[in-house]
Amino acid sequence: MSTTIIEVNQLSKHFDDFKAVDEISFSVNNGEVFGFLGPNGAGKTTTINMLTGLARPTSGSILIAGEDGIKHIKKVQQLIGIVPDESNLYDEMSGLENLIFCASLYGLEKQERESRAKQLLDQFGLANTGKRSFKAYSKGMKRKLTIAAGIIHQPQILFLDEPTTGIDVESARQIRKLLQELNHYGTTIFLTTHYIEEAERLCNRVGFIVEGKVVRIGGLSELMQDAQQDNIVEFALESNSTDLQKALEKEFPKTKITKLEDDKIRISSPVRIELMPFMNFFAQAQVPVYEAKVIHPSLEDVFVKITGIELSKMKKEKEGRKK
Amino acid sequence: MNKSIAFWSILMKDMKNYYLKPPNISWGIIFPISWTLMFFVRSQSAVDIRGILPGVMALSILFGTTSMLAVTITFERKSRSFERLLLAPISLNILMLAKTTGAILFGVINAFIPVFFASFLADLSGINWGAAVLSVVLIAVTSTFLGLFIAVSVSEVFEAQTFSNFFRFPMMFLCGLFIPIPNLPAVVRPLSFLLPLTYGADILKTAINHTGFIAPWLSFIVLLAFTLFLFLMSTRNIKKKWIY
Repeated sequence: MSTTIIEVNQLSKHFDDFKAVDEISFSVNNGEVFGFLGPNGAGKTTTINMLTGLARPTSGSILIAGEDGIKHIKKVQQLIGIVPDESNLYDEMSGLENLIFCASLYGLEKQERESRAKQLLDQFGLANTGKRSFKAYSKGMKRKLTIAAGIIHQPQILFLDEPTTGIDVESARQIRKLLQELNHYGTTIFLTTHYIEEAERLCNRVGFIVEGKVVRIGGLSELMQDAQQDNIVEFALESNSTDLQKALEKEFPKTKITKLEDDKIRISSPVRIELMPFMNFFAQAQVPVYEAKVIHPSLEDVFVKITGIELSKMKKEKEGRKK
Repeated sequence: MNKSIAFWSILMKDMKNYYLKPPNISWGIIFPISWTLMFFVRSQSAVDIRGILPGVMALSILFGTTSMLAVTITFERKSRSFERLLLAPISLNILMLAKTTGAILFGVINAFIPVFFASFLADLSGINWGAAVLSVVLIAVTSTFLGLFIAVSVSEVFEAQTFSNFFRFPMMFLCGLFIPIPNLPAVVRPLSFLLPLTYGADILKTAINHTGFIAPWLSFIVLLAFTLFLFLMSTRNIKKKWIY
């Protein structure tokens, strides 16, 4: 049975009249990857800042690993690792020195911090560049080192704010793999992202936050099931065979037939679609079938359905802000 | 958790990254020499090295500590590496003491560079070294915390420098180093007593030349009070502005 490691109740943060976070409540289970998704200014970073002790809540409560996250934040900070949205290590220091320094902030003894720093450089593929100064690192390397610094003290929970924003595809892929490994070995991960596909690949559960309010929380399959109104199957047929539409509609009156492209037909039905009758129909009509695919809604469809926000617009805004 | 490890690491990092950089070491040497030369030009004759020593020492500390701290903290704040320290499981007081200890040591060393040069040029016998060292440390601590107070009040490095001068130059002319306080116009004289450097410089004058006019014990108490006030104000401002 999963236990709750983060419990947030009626948490709010107001800046004068502006409600950056407005009475949000959620919980994160021990050992899971929980993603917070939302557009710019939704309150993701403010929430992470309140959870990690960089912002004081206006009201509400935070319980992290059984400790009061507001009253005993210093105790909580010993248990958590934090990776901010910017790689904020020290430019003048080498990769190895940065990790050793970060380990010392958590009270690790000299020998332990040195061996842990070297181990992480190795694990993150930075062993050959450990003596290079941080300012000489590429963006992807900086990001990896910042994550390594976040886990130097082997925290129970790792908070990541936009872990792969602004870095190349390969580095982002490596970082996702490292996060999956970390989670596999028991670290609970709380991340914010505006990359839906990242949340889809990494998270067990996600929460959508819009204008300071959590509008929906759930497991990926649960959310997708909710978004799925119809069962959909797509058939790829031989070109110019799609004039079968009318015959199909006559044969299968309870289904909705849509012609997509020259060679594709979409079948929608409120009940589960059995494939064999369709295959028999195409065989009788002597139409070759090249592909039959069950279509599931993506997390993006779920996000758009729940929040009404177009992702392309959200990404453009975010990239504009980063530049 | 052993918090002394974090304290020591922050201090060592700052020493290595900021205070022991060649430009800062040369600043520590050039600054007192420039002041001594300035007095030399002004007097147009032989300089009373021992007479100007308290002033050169006090100003070396004041300019060294406030400049360094205002820059390093503002710089780290701007690059967001300071957030890393705020998120560490150590109290804000320990963190700020670790951040300021480097500047205090820098100020103390700066104060003794002119003493080192003066030892070749003047007779330094009869100085009350105990009181001199204590006052140097207290001036360094108050000046550092003044630098901290300034650093916490601004967001840009250039603002920190401008704001520092707002405090430093009036202090320089009103603390009794150039013009003895009893000789200042009656209107500005009360201002002198609101400045921490007045008390530090006076102890130094007493310790080195026996020319101070405030009871040393009173100066020590006032300097301790300034130290406490500036530190508490700074940590209060950090809590209010940086842990928003």
